[in-house]
Amino acid sequence: MKSKLSIKNVWKSYGSVTALKETSLEVPEGEFLTLLGPSGSGKTTLLMALAGLILPDGGEIWIDGALATYAPSHERDIGMVFQNYALFPHLTIYENIAFPLRMRRMREAEIDRKVRNILEIVRLPHVAQRFPSELSGGQQQRIALARCTVYQPSIVLMDEPLGALDKKLRDQMQIEIKTLHNELKTTILYVTHDQEEAMSMSDRICLMNDGRIQQLGTPNDLYFTPNSIFTALFLGGANMLPVARKGRENGFDVYEGPGGGPIHVSPAERTPQPAAGDLSIMVRPEHIRLLANDEPAENSAQVRIRDSVMVGPVTRYFAELADGTDVTFTQLTVSPTRSASPGEVVRIGWAAARSVVLEGRSNGHD
Amino acid sequence: MTDSALARPAATRTATTGRKRDRMRGWALVPSVGFLLVVFLVPVSQLLWLSVVNAGGEFDFVHYERLFSSTLYVDVLSNTLKIALWTTIACLVAGYPVAYLLASVPPSSRSGLLIWVMVPFWTSFLVRSFAWMLLLGRDGVINQWLAALGVVEQPLKLMYNFVGVMVGMSHAMLPIAVLTMLSVMQSINPNLPKAASTLGAGTSHAFWRVYFPLSLPGVAAAGLLVFITSVGFFITPTLLGSPREMMIAQLIIIQIEEMLNWGFAGAISVMLLAAAFVIFYLFDRVLGMSALTGGATHGKTAAKKGLLGRLGAQAGRYFIACVSWAGWGIARAFAMIRKPRYDRHREQRMTARWVLGIAVIVFLALPSFFVVPLSFSENRFFGWPPRGFSLEWYEAYFNSPIWREATLRSVLVGLCTAALAVLLGTPAALFLSRQEFFAKTALMGFILSPIVLPNIIVAVALFYAYSHVGLIGTNIGLVLGHTVFTLPYVIITVMAVLKNYDHRLDQAAWTLGASRAATFRYITLPLIKTGLITAFLFAFVRSFDELTIALFISGGVATTLPRQMWSEALLNITPTLAAVSTLMLVFVAIVILLAEFIGRRSRRR
Repeated sequence: MKSKLSIKNVWKSYGSVTALKETSLEVPEGEFLTLLGPSGSGKTTLLMALAGLILPDGGEIWIDGALATYAPSHERDIGMVFQNYALFPHLTIYENIAFPLRMRRMREAEIDRKVRNILEIVRLPHVAQRFPSELSGGQQQRIALARCTVYQPSIVLMDEPLGALDKKLRDQMQIEIKTLHNELKTTILYVTHDQEEAMSMSDRICLMNDGRIQQLGTPNDLYFTPNSIFTALFLGGANMLPVARKGRENGFDVYEGPGGGPIHVSPAERTPQPAAGDLSIMVRPEHIRLLANDEPAENSAQVRIRDSVMVGPVTRYFAELADGTDVTFTQLTVSPTRSASPGEVVRIGWAAARSVVLEGRSNGHD
Repeated sequence: MTDSALARPAATRTATTGRKRDRMRGWALVPSVGFLLVVFLVPVSQLLWLSVVNAGGEFDFVHYERLFSSTLYVDVLSNTLKIALWTTIACLVAGYPVAYLLASVPPSSRSGLLIWVMVPFWTSFLVRSFAWMLLLGRDGVINQWLAALGVVEQPLKLMYNFVGVMVGMSHAMLPIAVLTMLSVMQSINPNLPKAASTLGAGTSHAFWRVYFPLSLPGVAAAGLLVFITSVGFFITPTLLGSPREMMIAQLIIIQIEEMLNWGFAGAISVMLLAAAFVIFYLFDRVLGMSALTGGATHGKTAAKKGLLGRLGAQAGRYFIACVSWAGWGIARAFAMIRKPRYDRHREQRMTARWVLGIAVIVFLALPSFFVVPLSFSENRFFGWPPRGFSLEWYEAYFNSPIWREATLRSVLVGLCTAALAVLLGTPAALFLSRQEFFAKTALMGFILSPIVLPNIIVAVALFYAYSHVGLIGTNIGLVLGHTVFTLPYVIITVMAVLKNYDHRLDQAAWTLGASRAATFRYITLPLIKTGLITAFLFAFVRSFDELTIALFISGGVATTLPRQMWSEALLNITPTLAAVSTLMLVFVAIVILLAEFIGRRSRRR
């Protein structure tokens, strides 16, 4: 597939602050790519540079094979959904959607057909003559989508489009945007700081941190094989066990865990091999399970349960190893009685393939 | 009260007590509303009533018969409306680029530019008119420069005619037009033009189809304010015009000063008000907001409109489409001549905006300063160029008991007015910004009416009312009269500050055990202090500059500084006026710097 969008060494600074360090990125046609990251990570700066709303200090932006680094927004053939939708308050819904078509000097009949068609697609054909302020938040969101897809731009940029909606509506809109993406086969670049939103919608996620790309890959890549502690923690709960490398045994890499016991890890291509420096092993809470008394496991440990919380489908256990290292794990909630109660000492275990070795040290979080 | 209320179990505190307490807080409105009723509504109604009764107190339209018996009054009225209309158009056309520039530059550059709009805004109309006399006169600055450049042989007639009045009036009204439009432009979501741009709209389309329609409420408000103020204006037309440019306000002054004909003055006032209303109605019908924005004033589905409205809307749509495509065409033509390249970094330029904006700002700020060199000259007359150097005109000012007394009175009256307006207005502003209640809009309308009604009408009404209670020629009379005009400004200013005030801070203080009084003293007051000081300074300067009320009420005894300048200007215009004007300019500069300093200090918090 050819690249719809190609970003080469683009950077931007404001005075002494570098908002975006040299960044390169290729987006193939039809992809749903999410720029994920905390605030100040450079994701919005990158999006704005693509939209032409800020000009980068260096690098090149190619849209659909044309150099567009410093082209004005209106000549870039992009669509953009703003955070608060930016629907024109003085125009009707019909005129809002017709606006980009009029700018492209389409014939009135053509405009009418396209506007009615897109209103059908977003299931709001009856609001054509209303004004934006007369619509609910979810409806405004759908009109914003309709307005920026009606002229089939090369790329649709979305800047935290669901940020203003409540949780339930957000979940529903995620599915609608996904459906629209499948129907129209547009290339979408989506900015969010919500990792669940990113994982549920994206073909690929571009995780940004501190003005640069931290990791680029499918949601599965980022979740199961993070390349850094930052990625591991940003994508979900993670236990971080400080370890030291010991050697190889039975086809596993062996590390010395916090209590001195061995931790087995399936060898991976990317395993860091630092000459010096700290290493951690990351295990996701849901990959740890309670073991029966003498049940074998590739990795196992004794922990004392400190507390447990039932959060619906899963129960979360807060425990500590003999040396005091925190371990969090979750079990499916199968009955009202907990499988382990506070104060109890239990055995836990996890697969060697679920231990990910990362550089650095960090206290885990959940 | 708070303690006992808290001591009671929550369940026994019924809705009634809550409502009663709200009603009790409604007392906050009583001082200001009561004041306006007594010192504004009653006198004005009385004046209008006088126009329909004869000396015997019976219904009689004799004044109106006289009004229409000759063409004189109708001519003056049409003249007034013509001047006011042209002034409004000039202010909107010239003011829009300035407001647009101010709204689109970063805040740091904005405050620097804004000062040059604020200086003329705070400078007395009289000072500015004197400056224009110096510039436009037969031997004025402009004519001398044009002659020196060899552009003209005969001096142009720039003053004592329509041109002079238009220049002076536009200059007088421009700051208020700019500031009104700016406040609306600053509230436009900056993402909307950007959104238009991503949707394929070039600079021209993004401006004309999105920004311009959204800024129209500001244009309409500015137009209304300028028109209303112009219609009742007399300072500039008297000083810069000829009898052919006589305006209604001058006619009213003659009726009162020379003939004391109250009923007839009232009838002229009614005619003026009626004409203004008719014009507004037609404007709203044909060219109203709804027309240019294509159907919606506040983004609500438009109600059925009349034929005029539909025609206006259609015309508005064509207008927008024409200008936006014309702009697009020009941009395309330029692009064909010089092909734009997108491989180089080119900052977005706003050349046109800057050139237009700065030109108007120079027009606004520069003229007043021409009085300064004259005040230090040895000239015997008020004319250009200044010769030599002397301080005799300052000596003349400081040694004259009349000038000294007038200045002192103006300062005293100004301080009392500002204090009274802030004391009356603050409780009302607090209440109005927190409470939603029935008829709030109507009440706001009433509170704002003293600045919407032409000043001259209020001044005449007060003159009549005062003559019955012996307030003519007293400082108290002046303070009361000036407070009528400054009170609405104070209420607006304080309400604007309170809009950004988080009421949960008060609630937090209450839950922490502070009584209402303590909350106000330790939480609310420190946070809104800056706003109150600004309101105080504003009220002070308005009163210090005020001429209309002073003209009638000072009764020739208790003369204020503007009143003294006015009589001096009519009698014999000397460089002493330049000295006084310079002092006033310095004074205004100090007040602005003071306000800016206080504002900066509070922003740092």
